[in-house]
Amino acid sequence: MSMLNRKLWKYHGGLHLEDHKSFSNGHESTTLPLPNRLTIPMQQHIGEAAHPIVKVGDRVLKGEMIAEATGRVSAPIHAPTSGTITEIAPLPMPHPSGLDVLSIVLESDGEEQWCALSPTDNYRHATTEELRDKIREAGIVGLGGAGFPSYIKLDPGQHFAIETLILNGAECEPYITCDDRLMRERPHAILDGARIMRHALHANRCIIAIEDNKREAFDVLNSMQSQSGQNDIELVLVPTLYPSGGERQLIKVLTGKEVPSQGRTLDIGIICHNVATAATVADAVIDGIPLISRMVTVTGESISAPQNIRAPIGAPIAELLEFAGRNSGADTQLIMGGPMMGISITDDSLPVIKTSNCLLLQPKLLPKPESPCIRCGECDRVCPAELLPQQLFWHSRAKELEKVQDYNLFDCIECGCCSFVCPSNIPLVHYYRFAKTEVWAQEREKEASNIARKRHEFRLERQEKAEQEKQERMRKKKAALKDKENGKDDAAKKAAIQAAMDRAKAKREANQAQGETNVAEPTPATPDAESESKSES
Amino acid sequence: MKQLISSPYSHGDSSLQQVMMQVVLALIPAFGIHFWLFGWGIITNAILAIIFCLGFEAIIMWLRKRPISNTLFDGSALVTALLLAITIPPLSSWWLILIGSLVAIVFAKQLYGGLGFNPFNPAMVGFVVLLISFPKQMTQWVTPISLGEHISLSGSLQVVFGGGLDALSSATPLDALKTGVGMGQSIESVMATSPIFGQLSGIGWEWVNLAILTGGLWMLWRKTIRWQVPVAMLCSLAAIATLFYLIDPSRYADPLFHIFSGGALLGAFFIATDPVSGATSPRGRIVFGIGVGLLTYIIRNWGGYPDGVAFSILLMNMAAPMIDYYTQPKAFGQKGQRD
Repeated sequence: MSMLNRKLWKYHGGLHLEDHKSFSNGHESTTLPLPNRLTIPMQQHIGEAAHPIVKVGDRVLKGEMIAEATGRVSAPIHAPTSGTITEIAPLPMPHPSGLDVLSIVLESDGEEQWCALSPTDNYRHATTEELRDKIREAGIVGLGGAGFPSYIKLDPGQHFAIETLILNGAECEPYITCDDRLMRERPHAILDGARIMRHALHANRCIIAIEDNKREAFDVLNSMQSQSGQNDIELVLVPTLYPSGGERQLIKVLTGKEVPSQGRTLDIGIICHNVATAATVADAVIDGIPLISRMVTVTGESISAPQNIRAPIGAPIAELLEFAGRNSGADTQLIMGGPMMGISITDDSLPVIKTSNCLLLQPKLLPKPESPCIRCGECDRVCPAELLPQQLFWHSRAKELEKVQDYNLFDCIECGCCSFVCPSNIPLVHYYRFAKTEVWAQEREKEASNIARKRHEFRLERQEKAEQEKQERMRKKKAALKDKENGKDDAAKKAAIQAAMDRAKAKREANQAQGETNVAEPTPATPDAESESKSES
Repeated sequence: MKQLISSPYSHGDSSLQQVMMQVVLALIPAFGIHFWLFGWGIITNAILAIIFCLGFEAIIMWLRKRPISNTLFDGSALVTALLLAITIPPLSSWWLILIGSLVAIVFAKQLYGGLGFNPFNPAMVGFVVLLISFPKQMTQWVTPISLGEHISLSGSLQVVFGGGLDALSSATPLDALKTGVGMGQSIESVMATSPIFGQLSGIGWEWVNLAILTGGLWMLWRKTIRWQVPVAMLCSLAAIATLFYLIDPSRYADPLFHIFSGGALLGAFFIATDPVSGATSPRGRIVFGIGVGLLTYIIRNWGGYPDGVAFSILLMNMAAPMIDYYTQPKAFGQKGQRD
C-alpha cells in the first residue's frame, strides 16, 4: 500500500543540503575482493564489548561466532570468512575517542568455508522469543550508524504495545547511498525483514519511509510489493530535508507525534529500525546468516569511481579506498559516515565495522576562521530539537554545566545544522560534545565522591557506634561494680545496725534476766547478721 | 596543519562579514536620500565616523594583542560607524563624532570584550552619551535643502572643522511638536504653523525614513534580520499611539507620525535588531520589541527628550538576559511535559 498523498507533518528547522548522492547511487554495488587480514574490534556497538571465545591459532569457519555478547546491551561477533586467528589484542578502531579496543585478527584462508547455518523454515510460526534470540545470536546492530543491538528494540517488554514499526530509509545525510542501493538491489530482503520484525513486535502497522530524492528505490520497493500481492507495508515518500533520517524527526514527519524528551520511541508505541538492519534480519532469520558484511558507500571528490561496496566486517578501510580508486593529488581528509555527523579518520588501516555506512574522501577542508558569536539566531532557526544553540554555546564555553542542562543540552542530537549555518564559523557541536562529556564526568565524579562520602560517613558512624557501645559497656560495668559495693555497704550497715540492736536487746534481756537470775549468757548475734547480709547480696 | 576535528565537516556559505555587509547595503538608500535632501552633512559624518571607529577598534585590538585585521574587517565597527553617523546631526563638528566613536567602540564595545560581549548597542551608547553631554550640538539639525540653501562641499568641511551652523539649523518635527504641545498648542496648529511638517512626519525626514523602511524590508527579505523585533516594536508603538490619539487627537500625534518620525524605523530595523545586545529567543525578541515600542512612546510623550528610541533600546538591552531566561522555548518532545 503506497500512499503518495498521505498526510505528513513538519518538524522545526532542518536544512536543504546539496545531497551529492549522484556520485555513487547510479552504479550497481560491487563486492570487495576478500582481504587477507581482517581486524575485528569487540566493540562495534553501543553497550558492553563482546568477549572473545576463540584463541590465537584457532581455525574458524565463515559465520562462526568468535566473540560472545556480555550482558543485555551487547552483541556477539562472527567470523566474516574462514581462516586462522592470529592475534587477539587491543588495536585501534574507527571511533572518535581514538582509543584501542580489544580486537581479533583473522588471517583468511581464501576458502570462504561456511559453518553450519540454521535457517528458519517459516518465521510466521516462530515466537517472538525465538526470533529475538535468532537476531541477537546473529550479532545484528543498527546499521544506520548508532549500532544499538537490534534485538532489544524487538523486545519492548509486556508494558509496551507497539502500534507502528517504522523502517528508516530516509538516508538524509549527503553523499551516503548504501541504503538507497540496498533498497534497489535487495527489496525482497528489506520487505521480508520488515515482516519478520513486525511479526516479532505484533505491530499493527509497518511503514517504510524514504526521502523523495530516492524515487527509484521507492518505485522498486513499490513494484516488488505489488508483485508479491501483499499490501501490508506502507511505503511513504517524505520530503528531503536534513535531518529527517533522525529517528525522532522521522517519527514526527510520519505520525505528528513527538518522542518525549529523554524518553524512548516505544513510549509512544513506535519502534524504528534502519532498512539495512531489516535486510540483515531477513538474512539471519530466513537463511541463518549472521551479520558479517555490510554495504559501504565509498565516495567523495577524491574518489575516482564512487560506488557502494559490500565489504566484510574488519576489512581495512584502505582496501575499499583503493578498490574505488583514490584521485592523486591534493591532501585529503577521510570521514567515516556523512559530512554532517561522521567521524574523522586519520589512519586508513583501520577496519570497516558494523556501523561504517560511508567512507568519504575529500580534499582537506581548512576550517574558516572562527569569529565571536553575535547571537544572530540562525542556529535556533534550523535546530530540529528546538533548542537555543547560541545559549548552549554561551554556557558551554563558560562551563556552566547546570545552565547548559537548563537549556536542554541532552536533547541535542548533534546533527550539525547549527554549525553549518553559523556565520561566525563556530564549531558549535564540538562545544556541546565537550559540555556533555563534562557533565558526564562531573556526574561520575559526584557519584564516586558520593560513594566515598557515604563510606566515610558509614565508617564514622560505625566507629562512633562502637565507641558508644564500648562506653555503654564500661558504664554498665562500672555501675554494676558500684552497685555491688554499695549493696555490700548497705547490707553490712544494716547487719551492723541489726547486730547492735540485737546486742542491745540481748543486753536488756540479760539485764532483766540478771535481775531475776544473774546467770544468763548474752546471745551471739553475728551469725544471724552474717546470713542476712549474704542473702541480700 | 589545522583541520576540522569534529563534525560537521561542511559549512554553508554564510559569514559574519556577509551579514554585516548586508546591513551596510540596507543603509545605503537612507544615506542616499539623506544626502539628496540635506546635503553633504551625512557624508562628512559617515566618513569621520568610519575613520574614528575603525581607528579605535584597531588601537584597542593592538592593545589587547589580538589579530587586528580579522576584527577590523568583520564589518561590525563599520555598521556601528554608519549607525552613529546617521543619528548625529549632519555637519556635526569632527570632535563630536570623535567622542561618539570613542564611547561607542572603546567603552561600549571593546571594554566589555569586543563583538559578541557588549550588553548595550555601541552606536546607541555613543549617541546617548553625546545627547546628554552636548545637548546643544546634538539638537542642531540641518534644515532640509528644500527649506534652506544648499551648502557646498567646501562649505560643509568648513562647518565640520570650523564651527557655526546656527543659521542653517532647525528643530526636528518631534522636537517642534513637543515644544508646541508643551506650550499648550494643539497638534493641528503646531503642524499648520511650522514649515517643517510634511505628509507623514517632517519634510525630508519622511523620505529618509521611507528609505530606512525599504532597507529594513530588504533585510527581512534577505533574512539578515528576523521579523519579531521590528514587527513587535512598530506594532506596539502604533497601538499605544492609536490609543492615545483616539483619546485626544489634539494632544497626541497620530500613529503614522510616530512611526515615521525620529528614530522609530531606524531603531526597529537596524538597532533593536542588533542580536548581540537584544533578546535572542524567538519569543524573547517579541517581548523585547514590544518593550522598545512602548518605552519609546512613553519617553516621547512624558519624558524629557523629544525622541526615546535610543533610551528605550538601551533600557531593553538591560532586560534582555532576563527576557531570554523567561522565554526559553520548549525543546522537541517537551511540549506535553511540565517544566
